[in-house]
Amino acid sequence: MSRSLKKGPYINLKLEKKILAMNESNKKTVVKTWARASMISPDFVGHTVAVHNGNKFIPVYITENMVGHKLGEFAPTRIFRGHGGKKK
Amino acid sequence: MAIRIVGVDLPQAKRGEVGLTYIYGIGRSTARKILSEAGIDYDIKVQDWSDEQAGKIREIIGAKYRVEGELRSEVQLNIKRLMDIGCYRGVRHRNGLPVRGQSTKNNARTRKGKKKTVANKKMASK
Repeated sequence: MSRSLKKGPYINLKLEKKILAMNESNKKTVVKTWARASMISPDFVGHTVAVHNGNKFIPVYITENMVGHKLGEFAPTRIFRGHGGKKK
Repeated sequence: MAIRIVGVDLPQAKRGEVGLTYIYGIGRSTARKILSEAGIDYDIKVQDWSDEQAGKIREIIGAKYRVEGELRSEVQLNIKRLMDIGCYRGVRHRNGLPVRGQSTKNNARTRKGKKKTVANKKMASK
């Protein structure tokens, strides 16, 4: 089920504040965040956000195509190394 | 003579409502919308449409709906976009696994394709 339109998109406030401050001062630093559920707003484009995957931070460079997706979609939480294989 | 709409031969002996669904991108509900807009009864068979009626349907589909090749390429582009940005859904498309969070312990054969039997799987796990 999708989120109610009345509420608007969920964008993590603290993260947004940091990004906007960076936009204003034209700086680009990597921001660490745990806010995987946060939507990517158009302001984020061109920045790199380090998204936590439960273990470490995955750097995600935001492009225009990613607007509207959530940060967590770009930092996979599981690593599949394949089934079976030869026993030693 | 067979009635052709956007490059698809419609089945002659079926009701209009059903016949239109042979076009990719048109299901029952869209077919009904098209027919009621053209002022044609749902129950009239495809072969009994007059040339004007067929023309009108063509016009409506051409103006308002995205069907067949155009729709297919749009869907492909959407999938390609997901794969290019490297998001979770794109990765699932790439790996040929279910995209919408379905369980993959069993089943999921539509996405995974035919079973690939692993020899001596039971023995290996013991």
